[in-house]
Amino acid sequence: MLRSRIIPCLLIHKKGVVKTVNFKDPKYVGDPINAVKIFNEKEVDELLVLDIDATVEGREPDFEMIRNLAFECRMPFCYGGGIKSVEQAKKIISLGAEKVAISSAAISNPEILRSIGNAVGFQSVVVVMDVIKKNFFGGYEITTHNAKKSSSVKLNDFLRTIQQIGIGELVINAVDDDGKMTGYDFKLFDFVREKTDMPMTILGGVGTLEDIKMAIRRYKTLGAGAGSLFVFKGKYKAVLINYPSFEERNYLYQV
Amino acid sequence: MITIIDYGSGNIRAIANIYEKLNIPYKIATRPEEIIRATKLILPGVGAFDETISKLDEIGFRDVLDNEVLQNKVPIIGICVGMQILAETSEEGILKGLGYIKGHVKKIDVSMLNSKPKLPHLGWNSIEINKKHAILNNIDPQRGFYFLHSYYFECSDVNDILTTTEYGNSFSSSVCHNNVYGFQFHPEKSHSNGVNLLYNFAKQ
Repeated sequence: MLRSRIIPCLLIHKKGVVKTVNFKDPKYVGDPINAVKIFNEKEVDELLVLDIDATVEGREPDFEMIRNLAFECRMPFCYGGGIKSVEQAKKIISLGAEKVAISSAAISNPEILRSIGNAVGFQSVVVVMDVIKKNFFGGYEITTHNAKKSSSVKLNDFLRTIQQIGIGELVINAVDDDGKMTGYDFKLFDFVREKTDMPMTILGGVGTLEDIKMAIRRYKTLGAGAGSLFVFKGKYKAVLINYPSFEERNYLYQV
Repeated sequence: MITIIDYGSGNIRAIANIYEKLNIPYKIATRPEEIIRATKLILPGVGAFDETISKLDEIGFRDVLDNEVLQNKVPIIGICVGMQILAETSEEGILKGLGYIKGHVKKIDVSMLNSKPKLPHLGWNSIEINKKHAILNNIDPQRGFYFLHSYYFECSDVNDILTTTEYGNSFSSSVCHNNVYGFQFHPEKSHSNGVNLLYNFAKQ
């Protein structure tokens, strides 16, 4: 049976892995290569690595780091952060990454997704959407630059555009829940699921494996992303890279 | 030496990385003459059927491949769309496949699936072993492999089916005919199962 993918998301800041809360206050949790080696041993389904400095600093992706990560990864590896051009995307795929994640460049110019898709294959094109709640009455806003800049792009319009282009996967990152460990924002994800048919990975808010089980029960087949859960342990958030065993995962798939 | 065919399709680097870690010599061939005298061949592939076979033809790999695989019986594995182009034809395109294994590529039947996304078949899925074979040594069928595809290989001869997988319907996830192997999943991205499979291919 096809299993939902349970995906650790690693944030890279100043060459280290960090974990944020609401995209702020990055806490250092370790060395990226070391984290990948541990995730290899635990046989994680897939890995999402996002460099949270590249776009903000207006620089290129760190190709040397990507090469080193791809060399270690024994699972599908998706890299995001600072990708602005077809050439950069092609280079990242040639270094051994499976997928490229594009955010701010796609939000300002969705057509770039078509060009990148034609160059590396649409199955390898992932869009990351950092979404915040607009107000108490509902409504969401797409942001960029680690949620510091809001975009004028409407969620509904953007979903229609990327659906029509035919990207490989959409990652929805709920900024308000980032690092809170209080559970997923199903209202947001339900909205996106209803409007689109593409593979969807949800991110933001996971505090326990039960949250993941709930998401799998709700969407049947999805990418269940988590940051804090897989780098912290216990209520004092001691740093410990972890991931459920195959037996524990089998329990999560039972719906 | 194990030779990975680089015709601009598929994750060449990921396959090479595994052999590097295993300390098994390999080389990457970007021109047809570089696959002559290979002892084992690996044919990756992603994308559409016609586009993939066209890329192979443009560089002129087909004649040399035919000779190595059909005359010299060099063992070859096709991965993902690299497996699909081993077939004779595909519903996805109009061009002729390599035809090393009798069969036809068809679109996955999603009529029985009731949750989104229906296609592609993306993620980890188990396999069922249809026929015992040394290339499947030390493979855990339950853990299975990483898949990413919308079409599948339908064998004309059921004896060529090594493993099957369930998605929408039951399809051949691995096929084998004499020296030719095809895997619909990505062994280069499938942890210990994938490493073991690539190791078995190198050692047999």
